[in-house]
Amino acid sequence: MAEIRTETMTVNMGPQHPSTHGVLRLVLELDGEVIQSVMPTIGYLHTGIEKTAEQKKWQQVIPLVERMDYLGAQSNSLAYALAVEKLLGLTMPQRVNDIRVLIAELQRMASHLIWLGTHAMEIGAVSMLFYAIRERELLLNINELIAGFRFFPSYIRIGGLREDLPRGFHETVNEFLDRFPTKMDEFERLLTKNDIFRRRTEGVGTISLDNAFQWGLVGPIARAAGSDYDVRKYFPYCGYETYDFTVPTASEGDVYARYRVRIAEMRQSITIAKQAIQRITPTGVWACDDTRVVPPPKDKVYTEMEALIQHFLIYSQGFTVPEGDCYVPIEGPRGEHGCYIVSDGSNRPWRVKMRAPSFMAIQAIPFIVQNGLIADLVAVIGSTDVVMGDCDR
Amino acid sequence: MDSSAIIDILQPLVPGAALEAGRSVDFATIYVPADRLVETCRALRDTPSLDFKVLAEVTAADYLPREPRYEVVYHLLSISKKLRLRLKVRVGNDASVPTVQGVWRGAAWPEREVWDMFGIVFDGHGDLRRLLMPEDWEGHPARKDYPVQIRKAAQTYEPLEVSEQEFRANIERDRVKRAH
Repeated sequence: MAEIRTETMTVNMGPQHPSTHGVLRLVLELDGEVIQSVMPTIGYLHTGIEKTAEQKKWQQVIPLVERMDYLGAQSNSLAYALAVEKLLGLTMPQRVNDIRVLIAELQRMASHLIWLGTHAMEIGAVSMLFYAIRERELLLNINELIAGFRFFPSYIRIGGLREDLPRGFHETVNEFLDRFPTKMDEFERLLTKNDIFRRRTEGVGTISLDNAFQWGLVGPIARAAGSDYDVRKYFPYCGYETYDFTVPTASEGDVYARYRVRIAEMRQSITIAKQAIQRITPTGVWACDDTRVVPPPKDKVYTEMEALIQHFLIYSQGFTVPEGDCYVPIEGPRGEHGCYIVSDGSNRPWRVKMRAPSFMAIQAIPFIVQNGLIADLVAVIGSTDVVMGDCDR
Repeated sequence: MDSSAIIDILQPLVPGAALEAGRSVDFATIYVPADRLVETCRALRDTPSLDFKVLAEVTAADYLPREPRYEVVYHLLSISKKLRLRLKVRVGNDASVPTVQGVWRGAAWPEREVWDMFGIVFDGHGDLRRLLMPEDWEGHPARKDYPVQIRKAAQTYEPLEVSEQEFRANIERDRVKRAH
């Protein structure tokens, strides 16, 4: 019998592929439907934000960093603001910390909703996307309420917040928090015991905890493999140590485990947000009292000379930050968002670097999907929840 | 655990290495000479009392005009000991750093990004290609002498040429220092 000639096939996936979450390009080497190797190509969304930040004043960087991980915008600005505040040696009033916690948790829910919708849609549950987007719309409405901007509110500022909470904030947030748990039950009824969904995800894209750490993966991917590492518990910031919540974990390390971990994380976010909204008074302080950084209130600007000068200085020259460097990690929706800043003592950053969890996750994708099926690749990319803006910066 | 306590544990494991505690406001910072970096990293990962299993990120900063010009920065994380550590390696203009991929596999892309952005060579890396910039890009954009927002009339018929003095002036322009 004549020998059958076999060879591997190279297939290009992306950068314009719906399941690559933006502009991720994967060059696959296939043996039939089995993946021999994957070569990710990134950089299509590289906008040089870190370089641009070096030209801006410290406070002008906030809107820039929010555009990195555009689904978890406010976790970027929170990490950056905390880093600058650490160099300045500022401590925030309790109310500011509580509002920041609330915002960070709402942002986590918004980001996870997009993950849930797109991930389920890619595996075939198309209607899931509409349900998830509908709930996220309410979260964007909250953003619009506090800042007039739905995606990149820039509400978190160095030294506190942009302004006080608007009227009707508590009602809107409470309404959402009362409604959302029932919606979560609805989502879970659609997916958690769904036979098709489970067959597509169970035992697929497994990564062990040791390997996850080797690849620098922390956050939901490591927690689905058995780690309990959560920055909010291990290195608390914004007073997270005073909140009552648990860190959901799973041990299988597959796509389904990541799904369960993120779903449980959203439920935990609801409980944290409920505790936070009860602590926040409708009106009160929204910034620290450091006049170097925080502009004086408007009524003083119009009546007092010193306040006018300070206002003018902050908005024209900006403020200076003591020389040094620091790294502040926070638990973003995708894992550890870290902000490393270097100051030369001037009014502009010398260097701003974000640790991007998506960057590390995409690096590990070839390892996770090796010898898997091409259809599983889509499930794996969805489960790592990568955002190309975060990866490419 | 502060820098000197970590150095005390490390010093017998990497004999003769000139480890130096750095100044920092957040957590321990240690300067490591480039030729002892891999040994130090392996000791940090494998010593049970330190257990730095995770390399959170690798990045660099360009301190032009200071000499040596660059600092490569490694942020390590020890989950079991709730510790963080910053390793810094001073690198001159034409010097290189050994890769730490043998210690943490996840170092591959961050090191590639540092090469892409700063042009710092990682010895033994094996895959130092462009990562974020296009493959045919010239120059390393995160360097401080890389032209950005140069105030010059637009030239449409010949490439932009900027002298070194203009580079420097561009960095120093608008940079205001005030006493605290």
